[in-house]
Formats: sequence, structure tokens, C-alpha cells
Amino acid sequence: MLLTLRDVTKTYPGTEAAVLRDVSFGMSAGEMLALTGESGSGKSTLLHLMGGLDTADSGVVAVDGTDLTPLDDVGRAGLRRGTVGVIFQQFNLIPSLNVAANIAFQARLAGRHDPARAKRLAQRLGLTEHLHKYPEQLSGGQQQRVAIARTLAPQPKLVLADEPTGNLDEATADAVFALLCDLVAETGAGLILVTHSERLAARIPRRLHLRAGQLT
Amino acid sequence: MTRAILSALLSHWGRNPLQLFTLLAGLALGTALWSGVQAINSEARTSYDAAAATLGEASYAQITAQGGGAIAQSTYVALRRAGWNVSPVVEGRLGAVRIIGIDPLTSPSGIGPVRVGEGADLAAFLSGTGQIFARADTLALLPQTGAAGVIAPDVAPNTAITDIGVAQRLLGRDGQIDRLLVSPVQPITRLPLAEVAAGLVETAPQGGSDVARLTDSFHLNLTAFGLLSFAVGLFIVHGAIGLAFEQRRPMVRTLRALGAPLRRLVGLISAELAVLGLVAGAIGVAIGYLIAAALLPDVAATLRGLYGADVSGQLALRPAWWLSGLAIALGGTAVAAAGALWSLARMPLLAGAQPRAWAMARRGAGQAVLSVGLLGLAVALAVWGQGLLAGFAMLGALLVGGALALPPLLSAALRWTEARARGPVAQWFWADTRQQVPGLSLALMALLLAMAANVGVSTMVSSFRLTFTGFLDQRLAAELYASATDPAQAEAIRAVAEARGAAVLPILSMDRAVAGLPAEIYGARDHATYRDNWRFLRSVPRAWDLLAAGEGVLINEQLFRRAGLDLGADVAIAPGLSLPVLGVYGDYGNPVGQVVVNDGVFRAAFPDVPALRFGLRVAPAAVQSLRAALRDQAGVAEAAMIDQAAIKALSLAVFERTFTVTAALNVLTLAVAGFAILMSLLTLAAMRLPQLAPVWALGLTKDRLAALDLLRAVVLAALTGALALPLGLALAWALLAVVNVEAFGWRLPMYLFPLDYLRLGGFALLAAAGAALWPAWQLSRLSPVRLLGVFRHER
Repeated sequence: MLLTLRDVTKTYPGTEAAVLRDVSFGMSAGEMLALTGESGSGKSTLLHLMGGLDTADSGVVAVDGTDLTPLDDVGRAGLRRGTVGVIFQQFNLIPSLNVAANIAFQARLAGRHDPARAKRLAQRLGLTEHLHKYPEQLSGGQQQRVAIARTLAPQPKLVLADEPTGNLDEATADAVFALLCDLVAETGAGLILVTHSERLAARIPRRLHLRAGQLT
Repeated sequence: MTRAILSALLSHWGRNPLQLFTLLAGLALGTALWSGVQAINSEARTSYDAAAATLGEASYAQITAQGGGAIAQSTYVALRRAGWNVSPVVEGRLGAVRIIGIDPLTSPSGIGPVRVGEGADLAAFLSGTGQIFARADTLALLPQTGAAGVIAPDVAPNTAITDIGVAQRLLGRDGQIDRLLVSPVQPITRLPLAEVAAGLVETAPQGGSDVARLTDSFHLNLTAFGLLSFAVGLFIVHGAIGLAFEQRRPMVRTLRALGAPLRRLVGLISAELAVLGLVAGAIGVAIGYLIAAALLPDVAATLRGLYGADVSGQLALRPAWWLSGLAIALGGTAVAAAGALWSLARMPLLAGAQPRAWAMARRGAGQAVLSVGLLGLAVALAVWGQGLLAGFAMLGALLVGGALALPPLLSAALRWTEARARGPVAQWFWADTRQQVPGLSLALMALLLAMAANVGVSTMVSSFRLTFTGFLDQRLAAELYASATDPAQAEAIRAVAEARGAAVLPILSMDRAVAGLPAEIYGARDHATYRDNWRFLRSVPRAWDLLAAGEGVLINEQLFRRAGLDLGADVAIAPGLSLPVLGVYGDYGNPVGQVVVNDGVFRAAFPDVPALRFGLRVAPAAVQSLRAALRDQAGVAEAAMIDQAAIKALSLAVFERTFTVTAALNVLTLAVAGFAILMSLLTLAAMRLPQLAPVWALGLTKDRLAALDLLRAVVLAALTGALALPLGLALAWALLAVVNVEAFGWRLPMYLFPLDYLRLGGFALLAAAGAALWPAWQLSRLSPVRLLGVFRHER
């Protein structure tokens, strides 16, 4: 299994109710999965746990056979560099690096920078003309495409996308979504897409729905 | 991975050059202030040392011929061979100029303008026709000597210093020596003087070093203010680093989300700061060097004194100076960055990505509590503290507590004004000003410290000047002081002086323990010289009359404080003789206690002590002729006569020089604080758009908004100035009345100088307005598109 979650529970300090309660599921390599739910249902928290951005209070989160629970900051950082790629709703590009440097950045961190692959990704995502621009000079859709290229450049085994089209208009969102699915499929990585959009979720083969911190 | 992280971190500066400039400039200016103050302090010290050297061969014991004649060269050689560490001096007059010939190779350090340890051009001084050192006006008075004249402003007026060989040639006294200076360090194996040279007598130092000791206090205070200047710089650095961290928070979060380990990030940011600190430190040392060079009047002489460059005035910074400057820059960076790094290391990965209103993070309530605690500690230390360490701790607590109190006090004052404002614009103006306080707080704290330092410096320096001038008038009242080697010569001095119409004031003294403490007992003749010039710190009515009648004593402040002897307390000055205290006088610089009694009482109590020193009151115009007569008719050596007017003029001139540089330092500190305000305003300008755009949309023009911004800076500076005044006065009081007393045992009186404070306030307002001008001008020219962009982003 590429990803295994078993009885995962998470409560934030200062709150009584658990954000996630006994969440369990698994997914195989190359599988695509949509995670839906209302605001506050725990989608982003679950994604953060799977990406090694946060830790569960109890239960097991294992990625590619590695249990994340006992990992310290260095171990989880290593997981984020090499195994998991996260695409954020707010893009989170590095504002002081140009597009080319942003695309190459995570691959360089992981020690897997392949200029030819970065160039191909830029071409596929329609960014070739913008390589020397800075994030602030791009539209939202262009910025999200840079974020996708950056995430896919080091060829992660699992791609986690947190509302990747949430800030885009419908037409742009559709185009970005299609590109994301195609590129992930080409790499053979698994994809978990957190989304509010029923329309987009319907286009993903498997779907999990969270309600009040529990899978339904 | 390290390269990738570094490239991201460093790229931030490329896209935000203003921030990089702020950080580097803050650090560099902080270092420059520190280095500049240190250089200026060294200059003041060097000047005093040089002055003490020419006015003060008196601070060394001396060997002279018993009858006042010359010492043979062979006798000098015999003494050296017998182990005596002595240095020959010959002197005489060439026209109106006193020529002093010295041997720089054997003279005690600090004597004369040529110091072996400082790499002086000894060859030029000693060889060929030699060099002659004097002030420019003195050199002009000299006839053609054949020696090369070198301008030396630190040499006493109408005095020229040269090699002994040159002096002997010029004075026509080949092979003759007038006296030998006795180094304070002597081998214990040396033979007694009488065995080596029977006709010579050794006289003790004449106590002319009071002025030097007095200046130690001045240096201590200047050093304290040097630290204060550095603290101003530190606030700027703290602000710049805090800003850099806040603005890079989103990047740090992204880097961590992408897999950069926290420890590596913290390590790399620390290394990055260290490199920036070193670069800024190097720039700061260079700026400090330029400041010192620009501020000090005689660059060549100054640099020789400060940096060990050779006498030609070539600039050469000492490695130690560089290293200490860099260490200060690195230390300052570490102190300023410690909090930000700590907060970064503890920042949760999922913390808010957007930069917080960076200064908002300075916790207002915590600051207020800390400030009250520190100010309370300062008061407690002032009341109950003992020792110099407690004095400095009080100073530190006062400073930091005062600075931390500024934001809450400003907010309270603005809230009060806001509640009383009429009209929507005024109400908005005060509310908006209050909202800006957290963002500007560090810069305003820097301004507060700069102004407080300036108030403190001007109060301390001016109080010092008044006290010093009064002290010189008191202590150097007689026009000429002469010392005799024996009672016969003393009688000759008296006869010559009286024959020329001079009032002769014998100075009788002996060392004796008083109230268990080492003290000097002086016998003084009742004379207008004392009544007119001496000022009491406290006294009984008719103190001088009672002293003249032998019914009491005067004591100095040191004895008053250390022995707890107040007015009316009995002082045992001799077996069976106790007299009440009639008055306490300031005796600045003297380390030991002093008791003054009437000369009749002194003679009765100590009949064996002869009067060997005399104060001679004579018309100033007659000083030189009296001096010549004493030399020719009473055989008094030149060095045994002290022309106090010249000493006074020299000392005051050196003081004025120090005042000039401290005044320049004040302006510089204010300019640096102004720079901090400018940088804060520029940084806040972009963050302020969401606050200004709605007001603009509601009908206020950009010009009016800009004018209000300018006014805001002036208002904040004025409020800061109002708080800086009491803080500065408290600082001056702490230095003069606490630190000084703990360090030296005497208290400098504190005077107030309201006009100086007003002028300073004006400068501070100018600095703030100057700093706000550019951001305001930018605001007035802001494109409406950018203001409208605020609404687009909000949507």
C-alpha cells in the first residue's frame, strides 16, 4: 500500500471536540482519490497528517511503508522532500524566486533536479514564456500551474492537493485540474485531491467524504 | 539541499533590496556609533594624557641639584649605572618660549610628544638637526633653530619640546642637565641616592595629577554614553532583523512544507545573519573611522594617538580596532536576532503564512509590565544599591525600562487625545496614529534613547564644565606656584616674591590618618584668595572667620562621605587637638581625604613641617618676570614653578575640544534615530495601503493624507521627546550622583540647561519630519490603481 491510515485521531489544543476521529483507509500506488466534506470537517487536517505537516494524537499514518508517527521533524521533512508532494490552495510559491527557480526548487531540495524534466513540465503546463517572471507577475491560474510543476518535478510517490483550484475561475480550474490529473497519471503517483467541488470530485475514480471528523 | 535553501533565502534580499539596506545600515550605523564614540573617547583621553605630559612633569618625582644648579652628565650616567630609572631634562628660555629638552628613550611614558611605544619617528627626532614640537603660534615665536618645527597642539602654550641634545645646543648648555625625572617603577636593588650623587635631592611628585584623576570620571561617563549610543544602534538592528524575519515567515513556512528541516533552516539563517553582521560591521568600523577622522580637529595628531599610525598622519587602522568593531557588530546581531530566531525555531509549521503586522508581535501588555518592573528596580537600586555594579545595573534598568515604557505611554496619550478629538478627520487621525505605534515602536524607542542620551550628555558635560571651571578657579587661584627644595630656598622664594609685591601664600601640608582614613592636612593662610574662590557644598555661618580664628577645620567631600563627618563633628588632626567641621568643599579628582586648618594652627600642631610650597598672587602681566627672578635669584628650577594660567587655559581648551566632538556625536545619534524612523515608515507604507485606501475613497485627497502622515511623525516625535527629557535627566542624575559617587567618592553637582533641551527637541522634530518627508511624498504621488487594488484584493 502506498498510504495506510488506521484509527487516526486528532484534537487541537484548546478544543474539546476531535477534528478527526478514528479515521482509517488505505490507497494503492497510482490510485486517485477525492476527499470531500464541508468546511471544518477535517479535510485539511487529514491532508496535513498525510503530508507529514502535522502529527496525529493516536493511530497510524504510514506512507510508502514508513510510519510517520515516530518521525521527528527531520524525518518528516525528509518525507516531504522526497516521497510526498503538497499543492496548496494559496500556491505558496517563493516570491523572490522566478518561475524557473520555483519549478526546480523542490527537486533541488530532494537532490533530484532534472533540468530536462523541469523544462518538459513547464512546456506541458504552458509556462515556457513565463520562466523568467516572478510569482507576483502571474495570474492565479499561472501561479497554480507553477505550484503543480514544482510538486511534480521531483517525482513524488504521493501528491496531496489541497483545494488546488479553489482560487480559480471555473474554466481555469477545469484546465488546471485536467493537467494535474494527466501529469500525475503519467508519473504513476497516487493523488489525493481535497475539494469542495462536487463537479471535480465526480471526475475522480474514488471518493471519501468527511463529516465532523469521521469518514462516512 | 543547503544550496537550494540558501538560494531561496538569499533571493529574498534580491527582491527586497530596501530591507537588506535597512538591515545592513542599521547594523553598520550601530557599529559606527560605537566605534566613533570609542575613538572620540580615546581622543579625549589621549589629549588629556598629552596635556598632562606637558603640564605635568610635576606628576613625577624629580632629582635636582641641592643648590639649584645644573647636574653634570657624568652624574646622570652614574645614577643610571647604579640602577636608577631616571631621565634627563634640560630647560631654559629662548626668547618668550620655554624650551624643554627630553630624552624620549628613557623618559617615563606619556612625557612629551614622542612616544617610543607608538611608533613615532624617533630617528627624525633624535638625528641630524632634530625636530622641535610646539603649537603653531609658539613655533612662530621661535628664532631660526635649525631643527624642523612640528605642530603639536597638545603641547602647553609657549612651550617647545625637543631632544635634549638639540635643547642643550639651542640653550648653549652642552653637557648640562637641570633635573632628572624619576620613573615610578624603580628596581629595588638600586643604591641610595646619597651614595651615588651626594649633592642631589629627590623631591616627591607635586600632586599635579588632580586634573588627570578628575578626567577619569569624565571618561567613565563618556563610556557609559558610548554604550547608550550602541543601544540606539541595537534597537535599529533589532527592528531591521525583526522585520526581515516577519517578512520571510511565509517563505520559511513554504520551505519547511517542501521539506527543509527546521534545524538546517535556523542554522542557515544564523549563518546568513553572521555574514551580514560581518559585512555591516566592517562597513560600520569604516564609517566610525571616518566619523572620528571628520570630527576630530587635528586628524594627523589624532590618528597617531588613536590608531598607532606614524607621525606623518598616514591612516592605519589597528587590527584590534577592527576586531572589536566586528565583535560588537556580531554580538549586537546575535542579541537582536536571538528573540526572532527563538520564535522561528518554535514556530509551528502550520502557523499563519501571511506576515503578521510585524511589530504587533511585540507584546504590548508584557512590555508594560516589564517596563514597570525595570523602572521599579532602578528606583530600588538608587535607594538601596551599593557599589559601582549596582550603579550600572540601575542605569541599565532605567534605560531599558524607559524604552519599554514608551509604546504603552504613547498609546495611552493618543487614546486620551482621540477621545477629545472633534470632527471625523481628527478622530481618524488620532486613532490611526495610535494604530501606527506598534509598527513604529522600535524606531521611536531608538529616538527616545537617542534624545535621552543627548539630554544626558549635554547635562553631564555642561555640568562637568561648570564644575571643572569653578574647581580650576578655586584650586588654581594663585598665578604662580613655586616649590622649594629646602627651607633656605623657601626663604629665598619668599624674599624675592615679596620684594616684587607678590602676596605669598605658604602651603603647608602633611599626610596623616584622619578618622582612620588616609588624608592630607593643609595649613592655609587667611586670604581673599580662598574666601573669593572656594565654594562650599555645605558650611556653618562665618566659616572663613572661624577658620581664621583657628576654631575649626574645612574638610573635602571625600572625607565627609567616607568618614561620615558632617558639620560640627570633631576632627582629630593632631594628638590632643580636635576641631569641629566648619565646611565641606568639593575636591574633584582627589582620591584621599583632606583637612584644611589655619596656618597658625598647623604650625602649632606640626612645628617641624616647613613651608616648601607657595602660591604667589601677582598681576598676570608680572608672572613671567617673577618667574625669571625666582629662577635667577632664588635658583628655583623651571619645573618647580607652575604657571597656573597656562595650565588652566590648556585644560579648558582640551575640554572644549571634547565638547565639540560630543556635540557632533549628539547630532549623529539623532540622525541615526531619524534613519530608523525613515526605514520603519517606508516599511509600513506598503502595509498601510489597506488602511488608507478606504479613507481616500471616502473623500480625503492623497495630498491631505500625505500631510497628515507628515504631521503624525512630528506628533509622535514630540511625544517621544516629552518622555525623553525626564529619562535623559534621570540618566544624567544617575551618572553624576550615583555612578560617580560609587566610582570616585565625590558627587558632581547637576545643573539644568533648558535652552539646550529646547534646541535638542527642535532637532528631533526636524529629524522626524525629515524622515517622514519621503514616504509622505510617495503617498501623495501614489497611483489610484494601487489604492483601488486594495479593494480588488479584498474581494
